[in-house]
Amino acid sequence: MKRISWFTLLMLLLALALVACGGSGDTEPETDSADTAADSSDTADSGDEAAAEELTCDDAIGCVEVAPGDPIRIASALVITGPNESLGLDSQYGVEIAIEQRGEIAGHSVELQAEDEGCNAEGGQTAGQKIASDPSIVGVIGTSCSGAGVPMSQIVCAEGIAMISPSNTAPVLTDPGSRQSCYFRTAHNDKVQGRAMAEYVFNELGLTKAAAVHDGDPYTEGLASVFRDAFIELGGEIVAFEAEAADATNVEPLLTSIAAAGPELIYYPVFIPLGSLITKTAREIDGLEGVALAAADGVQSPDFVDASGDAAEGMYVSGPDLGFGNDIYATFLETYQANYGTEPTAPFHAHAYDATNMLLSAIESVAQVGADGTMLIGRQALLDAISSTSGMEGITGTISCDENGDCADPKIAVSQVQDGAFSAVWSYEP
Amino acid sequence: MNEELRGTIKTGLIAGVVTLSLGMIGILVAFNKRFIVTDAVTLADLLLFGMAVIAGYLGASSLKEHSMGRRLLHGGLAGMLAAVPTFLLILLTLVWEGIRDSFINVEPALVSLLTLDNENVVVGGILLIVVFGVLGLVGVGYAQLPVRFRRPISMSLAWTIGSGVMSDILIGILRPRMSNDTLRSLFGSTGLQPVPFVVLFVLLTAVFFWWQQGGQTRYQTLRQNFTPRQQKSSRRVSISLLVIFLLILPSLLGVYLSEIFNEIGRFVLMGLGLNIAIGLAGLLDLGYVTNFAVGAYIMALLTSSSQFGPENPWSFWLAVPICVVAAMFTGFILALPVLKMRGDYLAIATLGFGEIIRVLARSDALKPVIGGAQGILQIPAAQIGGFMAQVMGYILNPINNLLSRFELGILATNSNGDIVFGNPPQLYYLFILASLLMLFISRRLNNSRTGRRWMAIREDEDVAAAMGINTTNAKVLAFTLSAASGGLAGAIFAAKLGSIFPSSFELLISINVLALIIVGGLGSIPGVIVGAFALVGIPQLLSEFAEFRLLLYGIALIGMMLVRPEGLWPSEVHRREIHSHGEDETAVPVSVKP
Amino acid sequence: MRRFNYIDLVLWLFRIGIIGVVLWGMTGKFILGIGNDYTISDWLDFFVSGLSQGSLYALIALGYTMVYGVLFMINFAHGEFFMAGAMTSTVLVALPLENAGYVERFPWLSLLAIFLSAVLTSVLVAVLTERIAYRPLRNAPRLVPLITAIGASFFWQYYFRGLFGSSLLPFPEFPMFDGKIAFWGLDFQKADIAVILTSLVVMFGLQQFVQRTKTGRAIRAVAENKDAATLMGIDVNRTITITFIVGASMAGVAGVLYSIVFRQLNFVMGFIPGIKAFTAAVLGGIGSIPGAALGGLFLGIIEAIGPPLFLEGLGVAGSHQLKDVIAFTMLVLVLIFRPQGIIGERLAEKKA
Repeated sequence: MKRISWFTLLMLLLALALVACGGSGDTEPETDSADTAADSSDTADSGDEAAAEELTCDDAIGCVEVAPGDPIRIASALVITGPNESLGLDSQYGVEIAIEQRGEIAGHSVELQAEDEGCNAEGGQTAGQKIASDPSIVGVIGTSCSGAGVPMSQIVCAEGIAMISPSNTAPVLTDPGSRQSCYFRTAHNDKVQGRAMAEYVFNELGLTKAAAVHDGDPYTEGLASVFRDAFIELGGEIVAFEAEAADATNVEPLLTSIAAAGPELIYYPVFIPLGSLITKTAREIDGLEGVALAAADGVQSPDFVDASGDAAEGMYVSGPDLGFGNDIYATFLETYQANYGTEPTAPFHAHAYDATNMLLSAIESVAQVGADGTMLIGRQALLDAISSTSGMEGITGTISCDENGDCADPKIAVSQVQDGAFSAVWSYEP
Repeated sequence: MNEELRGTIKTGLIAGVVTLSLGMIGILVAFNKRFIVTDAVTLADLLLFGMAVIAGYLGASSLKEHSMGRRLLHGGLAGMLAAVPTFLLILLTLVWEGIRDSFINVEPALVSLLTLDNENVVVGGILLIVVFGVLGLVGVGYAQLPVRFRRPISMSLAWTIGSGVMSDILIGILRPRMSNDTLRSLFGSTGLQPVPFVVLFVLLTAVFFWWQQGGQTRYQTLRQNFTPRQQKSSRRVSISLLVIFLLILPSLLGVYLSEIFNEIGRFVLMGLGLNIAIGLAGLLDLGYVTNFAVGAYIMALLTSSSQFGPENPWSFWLAVPICVVAAMFTGFILALPVLKMRGDYLAIATLGFGEIIRVLARSDALKPVIGGAQGILQIPAAQIGGFMAQVMGYILNPINNLLSRFELGILATNSNGDIVFGNPPQLYYLFILASLLMLFISRRLNNSRTGRRWMAIREDEDVAAAMGINTTNAKVLAFTLSAASGGLAGAIFAAKLGSIFPSSFELLISINVLALIIVGGLGSIPGVIVGAFALVGIPQLLSEFAEFRLLLYGIALIGMMLVRPEGLWPSEVHRREIHSHGEDETAVPVSVKP
Repeated sequence: MRRFNYIDLVLWLFRIGIIGVVLWGMTGKFILGIGNDYTISDWLDFFVSGLSQGSLYALIALGYTMVYGVLFMINFAHGEFFMAGAMTSTVLVALPLENAGYVERFPWLSLLAIFLSAVLTSVLVAVLTERIAYRPLRNAPRLVPLITAIGASFFWQYYFRGLFGSSLLPFPEFPMFDGKIAFWGLDFQKADIAVILTSLVVMFGLQQFVQRTKTGRAIRAVAENKDAATLMGIDVNRTITITFIVGASMAGVAGVLYSIVFRQLNFVMGFIPGIKAFTAAVLGGIGSIPGAALGGLFLGIIEAIGPPLFLEGLGVAGSHQLKDVIAFTMLVLVLIFRPQGIIGERLAEKKA
């Protein structure tokens, strides 16, 4: 009996396949005739033909054609499930708001196809394949995690699809030797951010003994390593270089160990859950009373301050200066609260917003629009337009791309938590 | 209040709570963007109003011998009750301004969806109750239909809705074979266009109806009347058709679906391996990711051209056997300490191994060797070059030339004449090759002396030992062989990704593999394949709803086990076991002790 | 008599190897002075923080062990009961109370309300899970309920994520748990003390409940033999539900204690503690109440004290990251020496 039902299923599948194939056989002549019909109507209306002739794709790697009335399609590939999802969802909201605020580009609305990259390499690969197999997608905002970004950039770049990451920070992605030509990012390269904190601690705070902690994630490990190397290079001493599980619930042993090494500052560029746990616990450990605390943009969020309470007071956080002094961010926050019912849960919504605006502006500048509203977007032209972005005012600062695809404002602010808010105390320019 | 009324109220309220949950956890709003029938019916409509129909259906079908009037009454009541909790929620939003601070998904969009876009929320809510009541009546009507109509209709409805949900996948398959205009007349930006939807529904209903009313029996008698010779040749024909189908599949599916097939292939490989340990030998291994990780890391270490690789990187084909052997060795070593443990002790110990590997992979301690958090990059794709590729090219190129007329193709050589397993359609052949190999080995093991030894141990270890089976050796062998397939999967995985990071080796992988072999049918080889399709393939296709994927996955696991505990394609032995499991099964006496 | 074969040899080597590593690490630590220089009070700090973490594990492990003792199934969803209670009580009770200022004015009353709501939610979730996902499968093979448990775990995680969102929730600060208290010259966090005390009370209560009350006897009877229990007039389904209720209430209590200590929650918070608690239950001897308690404490302490004690002396980088490695190695080691766990007895002979 069971075998029969499986057989039924198989037959059905076959039947479907046959229907599909048969359909293709039938439709080919049909489309031909449709085309000729269109041609004839074109000849009848010479104005249209002229418009159609204007729109010829002479792009080196091809064009995306958007038919009249169709939306321009862009994709996002962020981590929107699993333990890291608050990171990716937050960025996705940033993308959505940017699209909403942009409205239409030359009469075409913008549609977002949201994919999940799962914060791992295979997730990035699968999402990349899905995006790459859809020729109507113009560009992609993603990935959240550097590990997913490496395989995905290889796949989407093979198709010439522009890719802008709001939160990949691993140096390897924009390393001239290994960077994919379509890859850009609005997040700060670890090399810049880690170094900024090291310089601030050594030169400005005048501290010479530091400890660094990471959680085994490429982002945090990268930052901690860069900080360590830069700090030693400046002449400081790293008294402890430790790691803790990202989902740890008991960090007292870790901090007791660090306390025994006698640092003047602890640098832990981790994400909010572990970050606030370390912050709260550090205030309660003997021997860490006067020790300064520092973290990176992974915790630069009101959520972090809420979760850490008073313990966060006075700690240093590196990252983009979100209080940049323009009102874009205030409007943005209002929309965010209204649309999603919550305050931002991670810092990268700002980078995602800027990344999306960068992409949309580039599309706007290269799109050719025919008289009937058909839009042609040259892929190479788009990449060139993105990489020549400069001086764009965004939430995270002035966005300018360098030749390796690093587009973040090179200025990094070190903020201090004062009265429950981040206020910039120093700014770093490489 | 009589018994039946109480039953109906209960049914209605349960449906109501489910409806309420759908709204409050955000499914409705998220699915409202997704059309099934373009610009007419969204997935959210379907879910919301479907609940009313189901409530009516259940409410009516619980009373068998009553008049139509009473049935309609009960169905309508159940339908209306299904809207009551939602109505209460609507009222709640009026008095509790800050409800969204607590329940994040109770947003204006939800309220307007639930009130059928009415300005006045209360009126809208009452309207919802009325609509639900009417739909409850529809449910009753559906329950009244004779089974021979109901079944084809439900099946074709499911298929049609399925095609609506999967519209973007279908578009992906059809795009190279159809003109844009045809596609546009069939599909909207999401969902099927109304006319094709209705046509497909009617067509499918007719087909199912025909099949049920006589097609099936006719087909069966036809097959039964085959002479042995005919049977043999029909078998041969179907096998060769299957082989051809498998060979041209990736070109039929396109890049993205091939990628999904490859993901399925990866899990089939792991499932086949774990099936040896759990399905055959009964050893509950929750740390199967260990073998996978070892295979992947060894492949990376041997072939990567980064600083972690050797000075002269190996070729993929040379490295694969090493990976398999390394995984087997790991399986062997890890088997030793856990041999004496049974049941759940074994489970937690193996789970521990999986966690140890995960932590070690990202640790600073091993960073100099295996890259720590930053992983290992620059792993080349597998490729065949030189003479071998030339020979294969002589065979493959003409076939490809022929097939390309039909927009089809098979394994192809690149412009240099090499065969590179880089993109998903090419990698597919690697996975097929590996899966067939492991399938063959598994089949042989299943029917071998060793296989029977394992099954004896699975049934009763003490008795097996008493029968003279060396249980120690048999178990060590089971672990070792089971690891081989995981190592192979890992090796191909590394070459497929081109870079590996510790985040690919999580506990979730072990859980997924375990779930798929149980959902497929424990100990059954076809079951592994079916399970992988169900638990790896379908969730991938649903990645639109990524946020709710794991929720649906959880529901599917529970539902599956409740409806078919023996799995989708159970092995004979296992099915017998499940169905003979009566009340005579005595509990294993372990007490809650002081 | 079994003959001595290569397996035994390997196991002996394994044991010697671990002991060697431990001794070598400790030598490195104390004699060669590799790594940080710890004072006695540092060591005591490690111990105390491990004790508090362990009490939490123990509390969750009790629920695991109760269910296991009766049903012989690994209830993977137990961590989710814990999460459900903590999240719901935080969002619906603790945060509104804090915003209204009640937490400051009536801290004890607020706390009581939080505990009650947490226990209620946990119990509700557990009873629903049992009724829908476990009860129909009572006579199915053991792996089948394991899969439904995994399914239930996913379901509840994402259900509560949908309800309350995925961001990190802050738990209000209670004045009475703030700061430290000194015992015998040792500094204890007040919150830690609360956890340890509550765990002790709950464990004692549970023990009394199982041993002394009629329901407790019924639970033990069902654990021993379901058919015989039915013959004795015990309603097996009801007893199993009660077991779930008891286990889940402890998960609810643990959830609130977790919130008090860490003051941050999200929907995946139950998974890791769930796995750790399961490990603790097995470590102690699954099915045994004191075993679960002991296992939890052992696990918490070894996680805290293991990295500095064994690994730092070996010069291992990032030693605290490897605490799970130590914990699971210890688990395997304990199971090699005592396959039935620290306190468990009969399981090894019977087929679990």
